Amino acid sequence: MEEKNLKHTPLTEVHQKLNARMVPFAGYLMPVQYESALLEHLAVRNSVGIFDVSHMGEVFIEGEDALSFVQKLTCNNAKKLKETQIQYSALTYPNGTFVDDLLVYKFNDKKFMLCVNAANREKDYKWILSHKEGNVEVFDRSDSYTQIAIQGPKALETLQPLVDVNLSEIKYYWFKPGKVLGTDAIISRTGYTGEDGFEIYFSPEKAPEVWNALLEEGKKFDIKPCGLAARNTLRLEAKMALYGNDIDDKHTVLEADLGWICKLKKGDFIGRDVLLKQKEEGIKIKLVGFEVKSKVPARDHYPVYIDGKEVSYVTSGSFAPYLKKNIGLTYLPIEKSEIGTEFQIKVRNKFLEATVVETPFYKREKK
Amino acid sequence: MFPKDLLYTKSHEWVKIEGDDVTVGITSHAQEELGDIVYVDYSNIYEDGEFTVEEIKKGDAFCSIESVKAVSDVYAPITIKPTEINSDLEDAPETVNQAPYENGWLLKGKMVNEVEKGELLSAEEYEKFVEEEKG
Repeated sequence: MEEKNLKHTPLTEVHQKLNARMVPFAGYLMPVQYESALLEHLAVRNSVGIFDVSHMGEVFIEGEDALSFVQKLTCNNAKKLKETQIQYSALTYPNGTFVDDLLVYKFNDKKFMLCVNAANREKDYKWILSHKEGNVEVFDRSDSYTQIAIQGPKALETLQPLVDVNLSEIKYYWFKPGKVLGTDAIISRTGYTGEDGFEIYFSPEKAPEVWNALLEEGKKFDIKPCGLAARNTLRLEAKMALYGNDIDDKHTVLEADLGWICKLKKGDFIGRDVLLKQKEEGIKIKLVGFEVKSKVPARDHYPVYIDGKEVSYVTSGSFAPYLKKNIGLTYLPIEKSEIGTEFQIKVRNKFLEATVVETPFYKREKK
Repeated sequence: MFPKDLLYTKSHEWVKIEGDDVTVGITSHAQEELGDIVYVDYSNIYEDGEFTVEEIKKGDAFCSIESVKAVSDVYAPITIKPTEINSDLEDAPETVNQAPYENGWLLKGKMVNEVEKGELLSAEEYEKFVEEEKG
């Protein structure tokens, strides 16, 4: 895609001033790294980093029947959500695979916000509209929001001076409507890094001001602006799935090892019948984490071999900057998915030895 | 911006030619594009302490550089009889980021065909090429 056809976020110019390396991503011109993806990754693990995630989509479901509609569209149990609570879930196809994965924000029984992947935003919106039932309205308000993620052990201290709510009162996977630098914001204790942190949604007009204020507040913690490269390695260490890589319209929620977001007893939802049957019969393949012993990283799409036969491919693979190991994810036959199972990954006409390991690869210590 | 005593390629390698001794590396621009380098893989040409090829032809990939973000092949700017890989990079691959023209060199060897020298870019020409590529 030509650069001129790419959408800009409200922060594109700010990134360019910071000398970020800009790349096309999901139709947007996005920063892939500023100075160093490695240092950005470590900043988030050890201190704090901020990410422009304005490309993410925000779809609102509103009306009398909002709750039952969300229940029908998604596989997790939205009924369990309390007001201002958040849930990781998925939009599922009738065959149990993914339209998208998303976060469900419950304002109240009549108002939900779905935070969806940038690349799927239009597809999701059309999918949701075409399945509309009951008294609900669907709004794609993605362009009305800037989203900034503040991630890392120092995220709370960095963000606190800019907002009018007590951040320590927001629990993990809860949010609070409030103000950031005087502007209305949704302040959410969530993230895609495996670290504590917040994601704030607010008016694009304020974006550069808030971004710069965060960098200023975070100076004493050696805050770093972080790009997509660090976002990817951080989420991979935490084994958070990436749509288009680890989850897609080819693998079911159960095969993706996301049974914990698949609440088959909650009542009917799109894809339930297939998933129920698959659960009864047992899955045949499963997404697993692996480690390669060599210094050569196994990367996305490299072929996976068992007993000399190509059986799969790496869905996500990278050097893990915090763990200092080469890790990845792949779908393996269920009988070969046990921890400790050895298999091979082909890299430039040679084979790397890989072992199935426990996931997540990285888990933060809870205070 | 780029050292004047080196010659360059459009695939962002540099080469230093002294008599028939040749040293090859990647440019400061290339290492910036790659980002943090985590491994230099010579298994194409080198295994168990020995070269597995006698000659690397101009334009052939002789190593792969793995960075946090991506992997990229490095090509021979001219045909080379290899004599040495940079084994210090095994434990300190980041040297390629830190000193791409000095301790971060990638390959040493002997020049095979002097005529090929004429096809390389001067520092000025390479700088112009990089500017154009940036658009």
